[in-house]
Amino acid sequence: MTNLNAPPDDRFRRALIENAHPGGWRNPGCAAKYNLVIIGAGPGGLTAARAAAALGAKVALIERDLIGGSCLSIGCVPSKALIRTARLYAEMRAAENFGGQVPGQISIGFATVMERMRRIQARLSRAESARRLSELGIDVYFGEARFTGSDSVAVAGQVLRFSKALVATGARPLTPPIPGLAETGYLTNENVFNLTECPASLLVVGGGPLGCELAQAFRRFGSRVIIAQDDPTFLPKEERDAAQILSDSLARDGVEIHLNTAVVSVHVQGAQKIVDLVCDGERFSVTVDEILAGIGRAPNVESMNLEAAGVRYDSAGGIQVDDFLRSSNRRIYAAGDVCLEDKFTHAAEASARIAVRNALFMGRSRLSALTIPWCTYTDPEIAHVGLYVRQARERAIPVRTFTILMHDVDRAVTDGEEEGFVKIHVKQGSDQILGATVVACHAGEMINGLSLAISSRIGLRRLARVIHTYPTQAEAIKMAADAYMRTRRTRMLRSLSRRWLAW
Amino acid sequence: MIAQECSGSSDEELLDRFQRAAFDYFLSHSNSENGLVADTSRPGAPASIAVVGFALSCYPVGVERGWMARADAVARTLNTLRFFLGSMQSEQPDATGYMGFYYHFLDIRTGRRAWQSELSLIDTTLLLAGVLTASAYFNQDSASETEIRACAEAIYRRIDWQWAQGGATTVRQGWRPESGFLHYGWEGYSEASMLYVLGLASPTHPLPDHSFRAWTVTYQWESIYDYEFLYAGPLFIHQYSHAWIDFAGIRDRFMREKDSDYFENSRRATYVQREYARRNPYGFAGYGKNCWGFTANDGPGFKTLTIAGRRRNVFGYAARGVPFGPDDGTIDPCIALASLPFAPELALPLLRHMCASYPQMIGDSRLPSGFNPTLVGEHAAGWVSEGYFGLDQGLLVLMIENYRSRLIWTLMRTCPYIGAGLRRAGFKGGWLS
Repeated sequence: MTNLNAPPDDRFRRALIENAHPGGWRNPGCAAKYNLVIIGAGPGGLTAARAAAALGAKVALIERDLIGGSCLSIGCVPSKALIRTARLYAEMRAAENFGGQVPGQISIGFATVMERMRRIQARLSRAESARRLSELGIDVYFGEARFTGSDSVAVAGQVLRFSKALVATGARPLTPPIPGLAETGYLTNENVFNLTECPASLLVVGGGPLGCELAQAFRRFGSRVIIAQDDPTFLPKEERDAAQILSDSLARDGVEIHLNTAVVSVHVQGAQKIVDLVCDGERFSVTVDEILAGIGRAPNVESMNLEAAGVRYDSAGGIQVDDFLRSSNRRIYAAGDVCLEDKFTHAAEASARIAVRNALFMGRSRLSALTIPWCTYTDPEIAHVGLYVRQARERAIPVRTFTILMHDVDRAVTDGEEEGFVKIHVKQGSDQILGATVVACHAGEMINGLSLAISSRIGLRRLARVIHTYPTQAEAIKMAADAYMRTRRTRMLRSLSRRWLAW
Repeated sequence: MIAQECSGSSDEELLDRFQRAAFDYFLSHSNSENGLVADTSRPGAPASIAVVGFALSCYPVGVERGWMARADAVARTLNTLRFFLGSMQSEQPDATGYMGFYYHFLDIRTGRRAWQSELSLIDTTLLLAGVLTASAYFNQDSASETEIRACAEAIYRRIDWQWAQGGATTVRQGWRPESGFLHYGWEGYSEASMLYVLGLASPTHPLPDHSFRAWTVTYQWESIYDYEFLYAGPLFIHQYSHAWIDFAGIRDRFMREKDSDYFENSRRATYVQREYARRNPYGFAGYGKNCWGFTANDGPGFKTLTIAGRRRNVFGYAARGVPFGPDDGTIDPCIALASLPFAPELALPLLRHMCASYPQMIGDSRLPSGFNPTLVGEHAAGWVSEGYFGLDQGLLVLMIENYRSRLIWTLMRTCPYIGAGLRRAGFKGGWLS
C-alpha cells in the first residue's frame, strides 16, 4: 500500500530536503529590527526576499515547511514533469502518424516516471536553497510564524520586529464537501505526487486546470480515468471553443467524460471506492481505485494570529488587500495565493515585486495594472491573457477577433500539432489588443509574445511589421496581425492602388 | 441513374425533385390522429416536437406547390393543434408538456413524454414557429381555419417564458421533472434567435427586454479565413431561425455595430464551411469546394478506427462544426443544400456534385443526414446514415421554398408576434420599417 503522506525517501528527495529545509538548520540570531519580514518562502516570498535583499534591506524569511512552496513540491514543477513524460507516451503511441515505428510493446515504468520528477525537483531546489539565500544576506528561519503585535512576529521561540511585513503563505486544496469522501480518502495535489504505483482507475472530480492536466496525464500512463465536471464545459472561464477542443482531446486520449455531472457521495467496498454521480437527475455509480479532487484552493490564513496584527481576512478570499497590496495593517502587505484571485506562480512573483516596492520605497504600483497571462498545460495547452470577449462586451467595448487556425500554420503542420488556434481580440475601430487566447501544443510559450504586446501597448499594426522566424508556431500571431491588416485595405484603397499601378 | 437524371435537369427541376421528396417525409412518417411526426424514419422512432413544427410549416408549401389539397392540410394542421392544446400539461413525468412548453420527444402514438426527454425550450420554439406559420397561412373564414388560428393563439399565449428563465437573466435550455432546470443556458450565438423573438413578443408572459441583450453579450465576432462574421461552428445554427424569418436588411444593435445583418452573416458562415472543406486540414476523403456541410447530424457511431495507417475518432449523432471541430469526416448534404437562400452559387453546384459523385446515397431523391467517404463502405459515399431525419427534411423544404418563392418569409412577416418580438429585441430597418 502506498504511503501517501510523504514521497519515497530516495536520494533525490533527500537532496531536495537538504536544499529546501536542511536538517540541523539553526535559525539566525534575530536582528534588532528587520526592514522586511516575509512569511512564506514560496515563489512570492522568495521573489520578495531576493528583491528586498538586493536593494539593501535587512530581510527575514520564515518558512514552516520547504523553501520553494507549493510550486516546487506539490504544484507546477512536479505536474509539468509528469505531463512531459505523459506526452512522450502519447507520442510513442501515435508514432505511426509521424511516420515512425515503435519497436515492441510500450510499457510504462511509473516508478521511473516519479523518480524523474523527484530528480527535477531536487535540481530546481538548488537555486533557492536555504544556504544560498543566507549567502545573499537573507535571514532564513524555519518554523511556524505567529504575529505577536502590529510590528512583531514570533518564530521558533524568537520574536522578530519589523518595519514592514509581507504575508505570502500561499493556498492549499479545498476539501470538497462530498459525503463519505473524507472517510474514504482521496488524492489532491498535496499527495498525488507521492504515489508510487499508477492507480488502475482514477476518478477526477472537477474539470479545472489541475483536474484536466492530471486526468490526461494519468490516462496516458495507462489508468482508466473518469472525469466528472459539474458544468457544461471544462475550464468554465475559458472560451467555449478552447474548452471544446480540450474535451475532444481528452476523449481521444480515452478519458471518460461526464459533464454536467455532480459527485454526490462516496463509500468503500473492499479495496475499491464506489462513487455516486448525478447527471440531469439520473444517478449512476462508478468504481475506482483512487479519487483525485481538484476543486478550488483555500488561502493559508490560519495559525498566524493575524488578529493580533490587526490584519483583516476571510477563509475564502484570504487576506484583504487594497490595489497596492496593503492589508488593514499599514505595515503589513500580502502577495500571491493568500490574497489573489489569480493563483499562479507568476502572479505571486509579480505581486511580490509590487509589494516590496510599495512597502519599502513608498511606491504606488497597482495590482490592477498588471497583465497576467495564464495557461493550462493539457495537450493542447490553453493560454489566455487580457480580456475575454464577454468581459469586453459587458463593458460595452465593441470587439473584433482575428482567428488563425493552427492547421494553417506551417510549423504546426510539420510538427503534427495542428489542433488549436490563436484568437486575438481587438477594440473595434482600432488595433488595440484587448486580450488573446491561444490553444496550441506550446500555447504557454506563445502567449508571452501577446502579453508583451498588451503590456507594451503594441497594436496589431506594429505586430504585423515584426519579423517572426519561419517556421515557428508563434508565426500564428503574425498571421493574425496580417489578417487584421488585410481588413484595412478598403475598397477605396484598393481602387487607388490599382489606378496608381496602372500608370 | 440519378446521376444522369440530375445532369439533364434544370436547377428548378432539380430543386423541385428534392423538395418534393423531402416533403413526402411528413406524409409518410406522421400519425394522422394526433399530427405527431417521427423524429426519424427508423422503426420505433418517437415523435419530435421540432419536426412537428417543420411539418406544420411544410403543409402550406405542399398546398402552394399542389402536392397536397388545402382541405387535407387543414385537417392535418387542426389535428396537430388540437392535440397540443388538449394534451396533458403538468409536472407529471409522463405528461406532454408543462408551463406551455413541451417535451422534446413524445410517444408518437400516445403523445406522452418519451425517452425521459427534457422539456425543451428550443424544440418548443420550433414547434411554435410551425404553429404560427399555420396560423398565418390558414387565414380563411371557414370554421376549421378559424379554429386553427384560435388554437395557435391559445398555445402561444399559454407559454410561460418568464418561468423558463429559472431566476436567471437569460432563458435556460430545458427542464426535467426529476431534476428541475438544466443548469446550462445559451452561451454564444446559436439557433435561439427565434426563441428570444417569440419569448419577447408574448402577450402574456414575455421575456424582459434585457434578456436578449444579456444573450448577445456572449456573441463572438471573428475573422476566420478572412471572413468576418458572428461565429458559430455548426451550420444549422445559421439556418434554423432563418427558415421562418427573413433577416436580410434588418439589424439589431449588435449587427448595427458590425455593419452587417444576420442574413449576410449566414452567407459568410456558408463560405467559411466551404473554405474549411477546401483546406481539409485533417485529410478526410471527399472534402472540397462542392462537398461540405458540418452541423449537428448523424454519424458512424462513437469509435476509434485506424484508416490508412491513421487513427481516427468518429462520432455518432454529434454537433460537428468548423473550424474548431469536432470533425470526423462526416458531411451533412442536407444542411449544405439548405444554404440555398444564402449562397445558391455554392449550394447548387454542391447538389449536382452529390448527385454525380454519390448517387448511391440518394434514395428516392432524398438526402441522408450524413455520409462519411473516409470510411470504407459499399460505395464511394462510404458510411451513409440509415433512413432520414425529419429536421433535415423539414429544413430542406422550407429553405428551398424560401429560395424559390420566399413563401415562408413572406407569410411570417404577416405574423404580428414576429415583428413585435424583433422590435423588442432592438431590430430596425428593412422590412420592419
